Amino acid sequence: MSGIVKVKNVFKNYGKVEALRDMSLDFPQGKLTSLLGPSGCGKTTLLKIIAGIIKPDSGEVLVNDQIVKGPGPDRAFVFQDFALLPWANVLRNVAFGLELRKVAISERESIAEKYIEAVGLKGFEKSYPHELSGGMKQRVGLARALSVDAKVLLLDEPFSAVDEQTRRKFQEDLLDLIKKEKKTFIFVTHSIEEAVYVSDQIAILLPRPSRVSEIIKPTNLKNKNPENIRRDPEYLDIVDKIWFSLKTYVE
Amino acid sequence: MNRSLILKLFSIIFVLGAWEIGGRIPISFAFPTFFDSIVAFFNLILDGTMFKAYAETLKPLIVGVLISAVIGISIGVLIGLSDKIDWLISPIFIVMQAAPLAALIPLLILAYGIGLTSKVFVVCIMAMPVIVLNTASSVKSVSSSLKEMCRSFLGTKVDEIFKIILPASAPIIFAGLRLGISAGFIGAILSELKITPTGIGDIITYSRSIADYPSMYAAIFSIILLAVLFLNFLEVIELKLFKGSNTKHVND
Repeated sequence: MSGIVKVKNVFKNYGKVEALRDMSLDFPQGKLTSLLGPSGCGKTTLLKIIAGIIKPDSGEVLVNDQIVKGPGPDRAFVFQDFALLPWANVLRNVAFGLELRKVAISERESIAEKYIEAVGLKGFEKSYPHELSGGMKQRVGLARALSVDAKVLLLDEPFSAVDEQTRRKFQEDLLDLIKKEKKTFIFVTHSIEEAVYVSDQIAILLPRPSRVSEIIKPTNLKNKNPENIRRDPEYLDIVDKIWFSLKTYVE
Repeated sequence: MNRSLILKLFSIIFVLGAWEIGGRIPISFAFPTFFDSIVAFFNLILDGTMFKAYAETLKPLIVGVLISAVIGISIGVLIGLSDKIDWLISPIFIVMQAAPLAALIPLLILAYGIGLTSKVFVVCIMAMPVIVLNTASSVKSVSSSLKEMCRSFLGTKVDEIFKIILPASAPIIFAGLRLGISAGFIGAILSELKITPTGIGDIITYSRSIADYPSMYAAIFSIILLAVLFLNFLEVIELKLFKGSNTKHVND
């Protein structure tokens, strides 16, 4: 199966620091691929290059066989720090992507309402971000990304600023959402458990120089009940295996 | 809220009380009591002198503040958006802020005469730097992730300025505007004392020359009162405008 997103020989330096060297990676359509690795391995940089927010020094990214030159309607981004407008209520925040696309107000608000309900925030349309918990804020961020109906969703450590219990609930909800939405998800995380739990494919990135060390594809986990995955032998084996390969890179 | 109101009232009573006592001692024969000044204040209002005076004084003030606000905020946004413009223009306003204005007034009179233009200039020189510098620093400190968010959802540069940068920096721009307006008040009075005595500056100069000190202090008191009332009015507007993001609001 050929990928909907293809990263080809991407190089990126920040001054003298080498963030990405000759990175190539394929992301299959309709699947969730995690970019997993210790901090400093360039995973967020890679995600932002795919998003078109950062330009690579050389190499290219293809989405649907089109070269990425900047942000596009085929990709939507979920930010680590939520990036919500503090002066706008939930409804306007979720509809903001559509507002920037000049969609008429009644239309964008009805789309936004649909996704606010899908992420479980019905009743909070008129709330402001400072009235919400971290987990709820990220649900707003997710609803905003879903409402522009992009084929590819890019999630930059979406749950890292959310507490542990909320994160688990969120991960379970995400699995449901992936089944319903049929989109391609690219997910950056530094949590091994999280990556194994939510992914169809895990790309392990290693730092200095940044490279893909291996790609792991859990085969049977997706068909199981989300509540049983965490004690499945395959899940536990993969978590262990990843930890052994990453261990040497963690100081 | 109630408690803060009581404390504010207390602080006003404290200052006015000190004034009254200072006038009764008296500290100087040129220092009237608060009550004498208030009587003079109402006399000036009743015979219409005060209104005529303010019609004159508010002209350079309003024109100057409006010019400073419009040009100041625009320049501030440009400085905040571009480092090159920052290096080119910021020094002018930093020098302007530090310059001893009274010493520059003769130059302004040489260039623009003793009319309204010079007075408007004085108000602008007082008000503009703080508006420009506040705007620039608030535009610079807008969260980069909000700007990235705008770009990644296909926002244009214009969207970024009007939907992200301006609303995000509006509270600090407004605070700068308030500082600028209070500096503008100082500028307006300074220009009337240093260029030509008109309006409130005329009442102050004239009543001093005939030793009518209560009227002089009444005029000074009126301008302070007007400035405080106006700034409070501005704060009320500010609170109304930024209801959603008033969690980090600076209160005074």
